[in-house]
Amino acid sequence: MKNFAELFTRLDQTTKTLVKVDALIQYFEKASSDDKLWTIALLSHKRPKRTVNVSFLKIWAAEFSNLPYWLFEESYHVAGDLAETIALILPERETHTDHSLTYWIKYIMSLEGLEEEVKKSRLREAWASLSSTERFVFNKLITGAFRMGVSQKLMVRALAKYTGIEENMLAHRLMGNWTPDTTTFEDLVLSADKGEDQSRPYPFYLAYALDDPYEIGSPDEWMAERKWDGIRGQVIVRKGQLYVWSRGEELVTDKYPEYEIFREQLPDGTVIDGEILPFKDGQPLPFSLLQTRIGRKNLTSNVLKKSPVVFKAYDLIEWQGEDIRNWAMDKRRRALEELVGSTSTGGILQLSDVVDFDTWEQLAEERERSREFYSEGIMLKRKDSVYQTGRKRGDWWKWKVDPLTVDAVMIYAMRGHGRRANLYTDYTFAVWDNDQLVPFTKAYSGLTDEEIREVDRFVKRNTIDRFGPVRSVTPELVFEIAFEGINKSTRHKSGIALRFPRIKRWRKDKNKDEANTLADLWQLLDVYG
Amino acid sequence: MLLEFTDKGIYCPKADVYIDPWKPVRKALITHGHADHSRWGHQYYLSTVSAMPVIKYRLGNDINIETVTYGQIVTINGVHFSFHPAGHIIGSAQIRVEYNGEVWVVSGDYKVEDDGLSEAFEPVKCHTFITESTFGLPIYSWLPQQEIFSEINSWWKQNKEQGKVTVLSGYALGKAQRLIQGLDDSIGRIFTHGAVENVNEIIRGQGVNLKPTTRVTPEMNKGEFEGGIVIATPSARGSPWMKKFLPYSVGVASGWMRLRGARRRRSVDRGFSLSDHADWNGLNQAVEASQAERVFVTHGYTTTFSRWLNEKGIEAARIETQFEGELEEIGEGVEKDAKSEGKDTAS
Repeated sequence: MKNFAELFTRLDQTTKTLVKVDALIQYFEKASSDDKLWTIALLSHKRPKRTVNVSFLKIWAAEFSNLPYWLFEESYHVAGDLAETIALILPERETHTDHSLTYWIKYIMSLEGLEEEVKKSRLREAWASLSSTERFVFNKLITGAFRMGVSQKLMVRALAKYTGIEENMLAHRLMGNWTPDTTTFEDLVLSADKGEDQSRPYPFYLAYALDDPYEIGSPDEWMAERKWDGIRGQVIVRKGQLYVWSRGEELVTDKYPEYEIFREQLPDGTVIDGEILPFKDGQPLPFSLLQTRIGRKNLTSNVLKKSPVVFKAYDLIEWQGEDIRNWAMDKRRRALEELVGSTSTGGILQLSDVVDFDTWEQLAEERERSREFYSEGIMLKRKDSVYQTGRKRGDWWKWKVDPLTVDAVMIYAMRGHGRRANLYTDYTFAVWDNDQLVPFTKAYSGLTDEEIREVDRFVKRNTIDRFGPVRSVTPELVFEIAFEGINKSTRHKSGIALRFPRIKRWRKDKNKDEANTLADLWQLLDVYG
Repeated sequence: MLLEFTDKGIYCPKADVYIDPWKPVRKALITHGHADHSRWGHQYYLSTVSAMPVIKYRLGNDINIETVTYGQIVTINGVHFSFHPAGHIIGSAQIRVEYNGEVWVVSGDYKVEDDGLSEAFEPVKCHTFITESTFGLPIYSWLPQQEIFSEINSWWKQNKEQGKVTVLSGYALGKAQRLIQGLDDSIGRIFTHGAVENVNEIIRGQGVNLKPTTRVTPEMNKGEFEGGIVIATPSARGSPWMKKFLPYSVGVASGWMRLRGARRRRSVDRGFSLSDHADWNGLNQAVEASQAERVFVTHGYTTTFSRWLNEKGIEAARIETQFEGELEEIGEGVEKDAKSEGKDTAS
């Protein structure tokens, strides 16, 4: 654990990519195979299951520290991080141990199903033998909120340097459904035989945002499609089996029974990249309908009827059992068109149509129509490009439609977490309903650090009331709120829900009376909802 | 009451004097030279001998100031005043006030750990104790200073190896000198911002043996700083003044750096949790050692700390003051409108 805690500290102390990669390589050189595998898993968002209830964790930590619970809570609000708060307030350790990362993860996993009292004493033992940083890491493993400031991409880069295996190959090997319990470092990373896991998807190629198409050259080098607002996915048919993966590297085959037909209709050795899209009567549906399906364990026929899905095919990346990611885009596209044309799936498998254009102006007009299709904008793909790994600049761009905006008044503020701990950074906004301010959304991001500090000072000086961590403040500051979509909602007082709300800018030029009204929002709902 | 809390500051009506007042008064007793405790415009000042030079440097040579040694008793209209070491910075004091056997102590800013530079904190028994609470939460517990200094020194060494100048910021008065004394100057030369060096000169003039430092001046060449460390003021961080040290690695020494969020939020490479204020344990230790029956809590986490004391059976209440604690060190000392007058910016 010492090595891993040291790695964590080093990663935490820098924002520089090169330093992070170096720290990872040095760690890989020192760590055992098991620890390496777990580190790779943690940095690929594969975490051990949570075995301790967070409320108990808080109560026990307060008890072991001889502090009243309210003081623990108060400290937690200021520190903004539970794992850190616990690590800081516990008394000095009583004994020293030097167990491995794997040991402690297994220790945490072994708590599953134990009586609360037993869990409590196990935790006490662990805390009493770990240093402050180790405790912090240990707590992070328990709470499951493990972020180390290293993306999976960066970890793969370091692993590539350490093993001498090419990055794309490694990224592919690390995809799929493995856990440290089902494989070893040697099998997963070092073994060249990738045939074992026939469900394994390819890393998705992700696009960067584009502001102005004139920057990327001549229109004839590019193919355009609509950017569908569903869930990016990969459909795999191998050896008569169907696998559906979401972009979050989650195997979601069971959630979309509509796709079962692909098993017969697609030949073995086919992998299609596309969008899981809610769709009915020849029309895409709003994303919110898909959301009603995502969390459900049981897909009732009612749900399937209300929010049916199709698969909009973007790209063909494996064909006849062969990885064809290095074919040129237009060649892959032709193969995809042929393949989709040869299937009969009752409209479940659809080609994502090409949007025709000769000039950027024409495409700009098409982009303006995006909301008609519940689409987020236009995707641009270079015709001669290969299918790359991860987010890479240059060949694929998303040219999103401008967001909708309203001006709103801040009425509540809450302290942030992590980097923003102890600063009021999470705000609730309201619009006018006659002479009343009605809250309609929260938003966190969008302000500069400088502005956040300014708002923080405003909040501290203009608090009207406190409800736990929330402060209500004098309604005075006006912000422009941008969002991607608007829907009806029965859960919100205002009756509407926004998609991806964020602060676009602080309207210091406006006073609170100039903010928008609830009627304005309902009008947007009529047009775009 | 022996002491009252007024809009000008802490007031003793019997003796008609104020302690660390923030508005101009006739007679002010000053705990130490930081700008939020020692302000302009009073007709008459009283401080410790060792606090006086800095107070004069900041407020002007023409102020009317008298001094006392630690423990010396000054009696005004039957009220006995004496100054006792607070361990915060050189010359800093807790002020003991006694009348007819009733004792109050105004502790100003303090820390209980001996920094080897300030006169070490001495607990003073009293009935009523007025304490700060800058770091009045149990998440604030300082590591022993040797540990922090060895971290700082190894960071400096590492920067030197990578061809970078090390820039470390802290208050010009107090923190800067403490940092200088903790540095291992076998690694390289110690440079100082003008505001820091001005204070250094005053402190050396008081007979304190500070490590050798070199003032950064406009005519100095870039090359001179190679492998060195620059002790900067918080306000110099991120200013054009820093340019000549490029490439550099920049750090902050402040108690706030104990929290990961605060470290990450500052655009600095390293944060070291070194403070001249008492941590949670220090505050509790001081309250206990004072044996006070009643505690008034000023600047910091006042609500939390007073509730904690109340639950422990010590009568406690929070008091509004205009003291700032350590906020300015991280550029957040602006929650109050009354900004301290140009602390750390004089150069």
